[in-house]
Amino acid sequence: MRIGTLKESYVADAALFDSRTQHVWLAIAAAALLLFPFMANDYWLYMACLVAINIASSAGLNILTGYTGLVSLGQAAFMGLGAYTVAILQLRWGTPLALNLLAAGVVAMLGGLIVGVPSLRVKGLYLAIVTIAATFIAHFLFANFDFTGGTSGLSMRPARVFGTDLDTSFRLYWLIVPVTVLMLLGAANLFRTRIGRAFIAIRDRDISAEVLGIALLKYKLLSFGLSSFYAGVAGGLFAYFFRVITPESFPLSMSIFFLAAIIVGGMGSTLGSILGAAFMTMVPELLKLVFDLLPGGADLTVFLAPVRLVIFGALIIVFLVFEPLGLAEMWRRTRRFFHLWPFKN
Amino acid sequence: MAIENPLIRCENVTVSASGKKLVEDVTFELGPGKFVALIGPNGAGKTSLFNTISGFYRPSQGHITFKGQDITRIPAPRRAKMGLGRSFQNIALFRGMTVLDNIKLGRHAHLKTNVFDALLYLGRARREEAELRRDVEERIIDFLEIDHIRHAPVSALSYGLQKRVEMARALAMQPEILMLDEPVAGMNREETEDMARFILDVRAEWGVTVLMVEHDMGMVMDLSDHVVVLNFGQVIARGTPAQVQADPEVARAYLGSGNVDELRERLRAAARPRAEAA
Amino acid sequence: MDMDWGYLFEVSLTSVMGGGLYALAGLAFVMVYKATRVVNLAIGEMLMAGSYLFFTFAAMWALPLWLAIPAAVLASGVLGAVIERTMIRPLLGEPPISAFMVTIGLGSVLVGLVEMIWSADQRRLPDFLPTQAITVGDAFLAPKIFWGAVIASVFITAVLLVFRYWRGGVALRATASDQAAAYAVGINVPRVFSLSWVVSAMLAAVSGIIVGSIGGISSSMGVFGLTVLVVVIVGGLDSVLGALVAGLLVGLVEGLAGAYLGGEYKLLATFIVLVFILMVRPYGLFGTREIERL
Repeated sequence: MRIGTLKESYVADAALFDSRTQHVWLAIAAAALLLFPFMANDYWLYMACLVAINIASSAGLNILTGYTGLVSLGQAAFMGLGAYTVAILQLRWGTPLALNLLAAGVVAMLGGLIVGVPSLRVKGLYLAIVTIAATFIAHFLFANFDFTGGTSGLSMRPARVFGTDLDTSFRLYWLIVPVTVLMLLGAANLFRTRIGRAFIAIRDRDISAEVLGIALLKYKLLSFGLSSFYAGVAGGLFAYFFRVITPESFPLSMSIFFLAAIIVGGMGSTLGSILGAAFMTMVPELLKLVFDLLPGGADLTVFLAPVRLVIFGALIIVFLVFEPLGLAEMWRRTRRFFHLWPFKN
Repeated sequence: MAIENPLIRCENVTVSASGKKLVEDVTFELGPGKFVALIGPNGAGKTSLFNTISGFYRPSQGHITFKGQDITRIPAPRRAKMGLGRSFQNIALFRGMTVLDNIKLGRHAHLKTNVFDALLYLGRARREEAELRRDVEERIIDFLEIDHIRHAPVSALSYGLQKRVEMARALAMQPEILMLDEPVAGMNREETEDMARFILDVRAEWGVTVLMVEHDMGMVMDLSDHVVVLNFGQVIARGTPAQVQADPEVARAYLGSGNVDELRERLRAAARPRAEAA
Repeated sequence: MDMDWGYLFEVSLTSVMGGGLYALAGLAFVMVYKATRVVNLAIGEMLMAGSYLFFTFAAMWALPLWLAIPAAVLASGVLGAVIERTMIRPLLGEPPISAFMVTIGLGSVLVGLVEMIWSADQRRLPDFLPTQAITVGDAFLAPKIFWGAVIASVFITAVLLVFRYWRGGVALRATASDQAAAYAVGINVPRVFSLSWVVSAMLAAVSGIIVGSIGGISSSMGVFGLTVLVVVIVGGLDSVLGALVAGLLVGLVEGLAGAYLGGEYKLLATFIVLVFILMVRPYGLFGTREIERL
């Protein structure tokens, strides 16, 4: 009898959201996600979709960089692979949405494996350099093939689900947000099993991991494959959301954006992917607001892009130097503070 | 000296790195259920031999067999699965994980959860994790008396506790051979005695074969059935603890002189505190 | 089709000379990697920063060349010191991936700053290289590339000599081979770290100025850095000789691909070299295979 209860308590102990307070918070979050579309205006719905897409891609990069300790600067390129896959499937064969999104993930994952096999055999950091190169190659391929529409890219019809065109942010929200939530749950689940533990072991001490029974190359590739798969699906969502994709849609700076997102949000934390992607998506919007307030705002718009680059880069540096665990850690500290308030510590 | 069915057998194993021979022409066998200690001065090649057995170094010559199967070319992760579990000299715990996850990681090679199971966390993954958790809790955590720290991050633990968690992780590997690389190095006397007790209990309870590298001579003399002495990568003596103590070669390696009495005196001095405590 | 050997010779010679610049920039990278084990992904952007500093001094402030060039190089050295002190040193003891990602951030900041201050447009640097045509046998060499290669080799030789005989250079090499031992014999290791960044930034500036005067400068010059990274991987991250040989080799491959296949294939060819090397010689042509310890 006792063993039975023990076992149950172990299961409870291993649950994703263990405490009662967390269940309450979860319910509130779910309710907020369900009610949000009915209360928000178009702008905020648009932003919510964009944030969700970026969260999905960041969650993928976080598996690779935050948990496995490998850096990829190809996240944007793999999103591009996913986006082009969706667009081509829709335009050529009119295949259904679910299949297209899945294919987007798979194609991106295959792209990732092609890049990963040579670079992951040696040192993790080679991956970063090879993925930069891959970004340029992908751009070259997108721009030079007929079936990718060359430099002018591809324009898509709205996705059609059960006879409804997903042509407004309101409707797209019901596609993008649930998919992102599923992807986040998947990512969180990963780290309750041997797969996730193997990733972290590789990050923390990859040589001894091998002696403990973890095949390094296999798990590095798996991590990179997963992260590319996430990027691919996110890219597919991106395609349905914007409906126009060009070779310029997926520049290197976008990969740096995602890297900044997980660093700012918190590496090795699902909450980090969410906070970081949301924060980083809002930064350019805030910038636009600030620029509008400044005198001569219209003349300043040329500075928008470079200022964004400086801010993205600076956030990477500042967080790595001063708060390497990111916003997620700041959030935990704040919570601890209020938990114990008014007592110190 | 050949054992009937050795669990592990190193045959003329030589390991070189950047032109230097770390291990030279080492032959030894380890019978099932035995407790063998590898000793020798610093830099004698003990850890290199360990690394070769667990598959991290490739020998340039010689063979290693495990239960009669030649494993010389088998990569490290598969050896772990075959039953070679080990701890490390410089603690190699994963700092980003809790004690519990570190221990669970040891079971990695024996688990079957694939990436799809993991993403969904239904059925197999859930069952397997629950089973693992129960096994780790009941057979390892309770046994090694580390239940109070199971959720602690390993970086917050004392050195002695970290060593114990390392041993827990090695046990989680379900090893047939437990390879312990200096399990009590840097420990105070109390911690050393605890560890010695754990090792004896593990052997009694799990029936596991032990191969241990250790500098603490008292521990070596008390626990092991058989001692292999390395110096400059070569085996210079082997035998029961008593035989090794009486070997002038060993005295020369340790003391620079062949004075066996002095060596015996030193070893006795090292062993005494534990004898008194027991 | 007849092979035009003369053309091949001309292209090869030009490409190898162009590769001299990769070698110089590769040397700048290896300098930092050897001493501090930091992989500087912003090497291309540091090169760009040097060339823009020169542009400011020479074209905007109209300083004479003999003043503008050293000023730009010195200012880059200061930049290198600032980078090391503020971003790299605080991460000592952190996992190497942290410093690595910091350099990615640094690259982004430098590109953004350049675009803010000088805009993203392509600019021309004042001509200072002789423009008289150079011929070797029948082959005609672009004078700028020829003189660029000459300057690069002078600098490479100077650096190699200085680091063989000067005290600071010896300290740097000692630190590179064994940090703990270097500490033990009284070498000020943190200062060596700074030194390596300063020297690296100055070398990057020199190559930036030459690259800029050959092909103009723009905020996308950092792409040059990608080829430099390929060069150092091909050569072996910690090998000076590797950077030099691989610099010339990659220059040659890139030049041949550009001449026979078309300019857009340059990067593709470089990439293929990279993948090939990773497959057959993962630690590069001359890199040391790291003996990792458990």
